[in-house]
Amino acid sequence: MIAETLIEAGRPERHYWREVWRYRDLLFFLSWRDIVVRYRQTAIGVAWALLKPLLTVVIFTAVFGWVAKLPSEGEAPYALMVLAGLLPWLFFASVVNEAGASLVNNERIVTKTYFPRILVPGSAIAVCLVDFALSGLVLLGAFALYGVAPGARVLALPAFVLLAALAAAGPALLIAALNVRYRDVRFVVPFVLQLGLYLSPIGFSSSLIPERWRLLYSVNPMAGVIDGFRWSLLPGTSELYLPGVWLSLGISLALLWAGLAYFRATERRIADVI
Amino acid sequence: MTVAIRTEGLSKQYLIHHEGGARHDTLRDALSSWARNLGARGRQEASSEEAFWALKDVNLEIREGERVGIIGRNGAGKSTLLKLLSRVTEPSAGRIRVRGRVASLLEAGTGFHPELTGRENIHLNGAVLGMSRAELARKLDEIVAFSEIEKFLDTPVKRYSSGMYVRLAFAVAAHLEPEILVVDEVLAVGDLRFQQKCLGKMEDAGREGRTILLVSHSLRAIYSLCTRAVLIADGRVKSDGAVQPVVAEYLEQGAGDVRERAWPELASAPGNEQFRLKRARVIPEHGAASDEITVKTALRIEFEFWVGMDEMLYSMGLHLRANTGEYAFVSASTRTVVKRGWHRGVCHIPADLLNNRTYTVEMYFTRDGRNVLARLGDLLVFTVTEGERAPGDILGDYPGTVRPRLQWELLPVTAEAEKVGAAHA
Repeated sequence: MIAETLIEAGRPERHYWREVWRYRDLLFFLSWRDIVVRYRQTAIGVAWALLKPLLTVVIFTAVFGWVAKLPSEGEAPYALMVLAGLLPWLFFASVVNEAGASLVNNERIVTKTYFPRILVPGSAIAVCLVDFALSGLVLLGAFALYGVAPGARVLALPAFVLLAALAAAGPALLIAALNVRYRDVRFVVPFVLQLGLYLSPIGFSSSLIPERWRLLYSVNPMAGVIDGFRWSLLPGTSELYLPGVWLSLGISLALLWAGLAYFRATERRIADVI
Repeated sequence: MTVAIRTEGLSKQYLIHHEGGARHDTLRDALSSWARNLGARGRQEASSEEAFWALKDVNLEIREGERVGIIGRNGAGKSTLLKLLSRVTEPSAGRIRVRGRVASLLEAGTGFHPELTGRENIHLNGAVLGMSRAELARKLDEIVAFSEIEKFLDTPVKRYSSGMYVRLAFAVAAHLEPEILVVDEVLAVGDLRFQQKCLGKMEDAGREGRTILLVSHSLRAIYSLCTRAVLIADGRVKSDGAVQPVVAEYLEQGAGDVRERAWPELASAPGNEQFRLKRARVIPEHGAASDEITVKTALRIEFEFWVGMDEMLYSMGLHLRANTGEYAFVSASTRTVVKRGWHRGVCHIPADLLNNRTYTVEMYFTRDGRNVLARLGDLLVFTVTEGERAPGDILGDYPGTVRPRLQWELLPVTAEAEKVGAAHA
């Protein structure tokens, strides 16, 4: 039986997610392309994924740990605490950056072929996940260096990785679609991310936030994610601030919904305005 | 037969933004304009946008297995139609019903990444065109064989020549197995033999009952491949039917006339290292280049070219084709020894030879009389008009692809001939 397709003005795709599933191999190939191209010059590709968190940790440790003497979390050394917060943050930032720019970067494909456009930012997210996994090596190295090992709570880590991806996906989709239409978005994004680096609990533990402000602070979905990362990785961390995690999840889902809605609304005209 | 594609009232509108107008190209402008409107609710900002219908109310019905050539001058809406059919963009009004899977080739090698090897790009391009991993794995050998670039399969495509690039791209596309194949002008590139191979492959596809839509400026491709032609002008279907009359109508608009062509960059000009065509034009022998060409105009077809060999036995051949698809005549130059450097060739077509038709100039440039240096299927197109007829000429249309003024003789009858006549009586 040959399928019949109806294309009509202003009519949303009826089987959108089925289409996405049908094109799943393209998701794989797009991600694979970016990874191959990046890591072809192996030394630079791999080194960059490791150097970025490494250098940032050194600077944070020097400035906030030694100079400002900010306390660490639990029994872990300060540098380890920073690293456990920095890695999910860098992942978040790279998803927002890369996936946000992905449609514009793939203009040629987008204006010449049909496929569900969401695969483009989708593949960018997948690539960031690979980089993120690689940057985990830095963490392993740091654990070895300090002679610390995570406890059984590490089993909960995948859930927080998922939460981080969820938190990043919504803004990424929104920015990807906005980037196509508005050319100044790409100048705004790095600035906002820069602010986020200091607003999120990276150089400090969020337990330093006064109790009555804690929930408000957790409106930043990355606060919950970072708390979760530290809780599952660092031994001797105090109990997880659960309301923060739930709020993080709720806000991430709301952002994802908004990002998806905007993306889908503009998706079919992307080729006209890009 | 079953309908493969049906469009109903299909239209596509683009907004043209006027300079100085409120084009929200930046988020900042969009936000401030939004804030202003919030302050003055209901007061509409004077619109500086102008609607332009790239396609208007197109109703087409294409049956399964048909091979439809879409022709029209630049900007007529051909590519917009293909973009809508291949779902790159959505229509502004109307609808399209498509039965089966559509694969579109709007560009040769969409998604090719210069850093990746030929093999890697086969996978990537195949996936972009809608092939699954399993399908690709199954067809890889066949694709590689078709592309004729086995040796360079593991070389990054950035090191490929443009010919190799196109061959690889088309090899992937040729192995798609969609019910409907939509092709936009990709055959314009690549060498002659490979073009024919691609046309052959597409013809096979047509015979398997696959529906093909082809946009091309190459009327040769349309003639040899299509069973039906659609002429689009100003976003509407102007005419639709058998290839020959539709192409004739297109050419008679004079819209298709290309009296001059030039290639500013030698490296990408037609030819090879030994020969590059720089310029070609058809002009009246006397008078200005843009003058009307009538059946009484003597013409010259000029070529400027570069010879990249120290010495070459050079010749060229003109194949003049009328818009009926038949050749009016073929004429070849003598073989001449030419030296490295710039040359100009001229072919003189006398007045009173051509009919009032549109003609396509097809040229062959050859070395030693047999090695083709360059072959251009649709080099120039020009329309010959009727002009003024002399009193006493026949009034109707002259059939034939040429209308030569021949030598006629009329002799008075002599006395001897009279005797012969009498004997017959």
